[in-house]
Amino acid sequence: MAKMTLEELRKLRDEQKKGLTRRDMENKDTQIIIGMGTCGIAAGAKETLDAFIQELEECELDNVRVTQTGCMGLCYVEPTVEVIVPDMPTVIYGKVDAEVARKIVRKHIINKALVNDHVYDKPAADIVDKGGAK
Amino acid sequence: MSAYNHYILVCGGTGCEAGKSDQIYKNLIHECEKVGCKGKTQIVKTGCFGFCEQGPIVKVLPEESFYVHVKPEDAKEIIEEHIVKGREVTRLLYDKAESKKRAAIDEIDFYQKQFRVVLRNCGVIDPENINEYIARDGYVGLEKAVFDMSPEDIIEEVKKSGLRGRGGAGFPTWMKWNFTKGAAEPTKYIVCNADEGDPGAYMDRSTLEGDPHSILEAMTIAGKAVGASYGYIYIRAEYPLAINRLKIAMKQAREMGLLGDNILGSDFSFDIEIRLGAGAFVCGEETALLRSIEGERGMPTPRPPFPATHGAFGKPSVINNVETWANIPVIIHKGGDWFSKIGTEDSKGTKVFALTGKIRNSGLVEVPMGTTLREIVFDIGGGIANGKEFKAVQTGGPSGGVITKDYLDTPIDYIHLKELGSIMGSGGMIVMDEDDCMVDIAKFYLGFCVDESCGKCAPCRIGGRTLYNILDRITKGEGELDDIQKIKEVGHAMQKASLCGLGQTAPNPVLSTLHYFEDEYKAHIKDHRCPAGKCKKLISYHILADKCIGCGLCARRCPVNAIEGEIRQLHEIDQDTCIKCGECYSVCKFDAVYVR
Repeated sequence: MAKMTLEELRKLRDEQKKGLTRRDMENKDTQIIIGMGTCGIAAGAKETLDAFIQELEECELDNVRVTQTGCMGLCYVEPTVEVIVPDMPTVIYGKVDAEVARKIVRKHIINKALVNDHVYDKPAADIVDKGGAK
Repeated sequence: MSAYNHYILVCGGTGCEAGKSDQIYKNLIHECEKVGCKGKTQIVKTGCFGFCEQGPIVKVLPEESFYVHVKPEDAKEIIEEHIVKGREVTRLLYDKAESKKRAAIDEIDFYQKQFRVVLRNCGVIDPENINEYIARDGYVGLEKAVFDMSPEDIIEEVKKSGLRGRGGAGFPTWMKWNFTKGAAEPTKYIVCNADEGDPGAYMDRSTLEGDPHSILEAMTIAGKAVGASYGYIYIRAEYPLAINRLKIAMKQAREMGLLGDNILGSDFSFDIEIRLGAGAFVCGEETALLRSIEGERGMPTPRPPFPATHGAFGKPSVINNVETWANIPVIIHKGGDWFSKIGTEDSKGTKVFALTGKIRNSGLVEVPMGTTLREIVFDIGGGIANGKEFKAVQTGGPSGGVITKDYLDTPIDYIHLKELGSIMGSGGMIVMDEDDCMVDIAKFYLGFCVDESCGKCAPCRIGGRTLYNILDRITKGEGELDDIQKIKEVGHAMQKASLCGLGQTAPNPVLSTLHYFEDEYKAHIKDHRCPAGKCKKLISYHILADKCIGCGLCARRCPVNAIEGEIRQLHEIDQDTCIKCGECYSVCKFDAVYVR
């Protein structure tokens, strides 16, 4: 690498920052959880995951954390994806292929509107948290 | 740069490296390629996470899974289960019981009360990749210092921060800089003291290993402030990993124009050279260090003149230790006012401590000044290992003193430590429990200083040896009552008359333990008894008839075959053969062996 000027250093820092903020897990208020059970993977959850990562990158969103989980129990509409955005209802989407994934990023996360035709459920109440089933 | 699905951070500090973290790193890369996740997973070797007790440590993002005690063969499972299938490897998690809603890193007690300024990049970035340092606002301070600030501005900012030297005495950093800046001599030097030698201390090593660029940046900023164009990093040859990472960092910085001639195209030039020390403790003393840099024998010279005006090669030199330097880029970047909000009235900022000894979570911790000893030992450190009773903490290494149970709630800062007869020192913190004999501890530290004394001045050379002989007598049960008075006299004479800090502070551990634990000294002298059961000449091991079931374990383990007895019969220790190693005591499952 050649010697840099002040401007070049600043430019390099901005570029590098994007990469490192992705690794920084603080200040991420939005969460996308992808069901990666055997059923999910068979239905294409891996492509869905890749699509989410790419789309977030293109839209330059750095407040979203994408994690994986096991089967959510809705095996008939795999791949399933749970999306948690502050001040919006938490939603489980079904049949999320790469295209729907991109739609979720643009519509749900950026424009704060649900992708209606893929909403399948809201998450089950956590009976462990709520002190047992009544 | 493309986005990744997963990030794996592997600790590359010396502690974890000794636990084969380099092999873990290589295995992870290999396994990752095998399953075709290469472009989707970034694997980074970082600096020390600080939680050395649990090492080697591997952290996986975005799940923030904190894997501990990882072995090279675990790499396959981490990749195949976690990275491919998205399932955490529960058995490797720090908090297995809570694994379902498992603690993220900031929920682990060890990290709860910490505040990381010096260690801001340790365990976060790859220390061998300058881009990652730059991405974490690295070299912003340098930009400001070179292009936007005058030397006076820089010193003013350091003054506002209230930063004091982290290497021992706590001298205000800005004053040192100002003396050097004001010196008439045109050639000046910047020196980094990385000759960390206290037993049990490794803050500086970890900082250099985990974030070498912060030191280069800081020294360059100081160069601009005082008008120096050359610097030396004096580091001991026993720190090969830190030296290697420094060399890589210096090469990268030079290639990118952040070090060397015309930094970032400006007319300011600054370069740095590494000087290796051979591991002499006295070379941590600044005048001895300077002589060693010059190629002379590492021996201290009287001060004044101070290095600020007569330093390396007789030229004005700023000397700060690693931790002090590591604060500088942040102070220039975020401002002295920001920094001065952390800590207490007289001690600003944070302090890094190396927690070792009889503590559950040994490791590297950084806390705001003013945090109490209780918080460090019990909340962060997790208390005493093996359910024993806390006895004391030794701070400041062989120059410091002990702090006892009664003073656990003392806020840790320069003033309070001094009041207690200890010092901040570089930050080693050795925790002792009921099994540690204070006379023995004092003897250990004093023995260290006697070995490391350069021998130039009589108070240190002769006084140290005399003190050591007295302590040795006491631990053998041959002490006399007026020994206590003698210790005080010799100790005070050394404090007053020694040439450098080594001799002046060498009696501190003795005087301090004597002050707080005089009873223990007296028990050795009068009753020929070691209350902690440590001093071999004063103890003997015996077997309790009503507890011994005759299992024979102690007899099998005894290295000198001093224990005899038939199976299922009472065993007995032959006192003439016994070497008092304590093996029988620690292996007996029935508490039948006791110390008298």
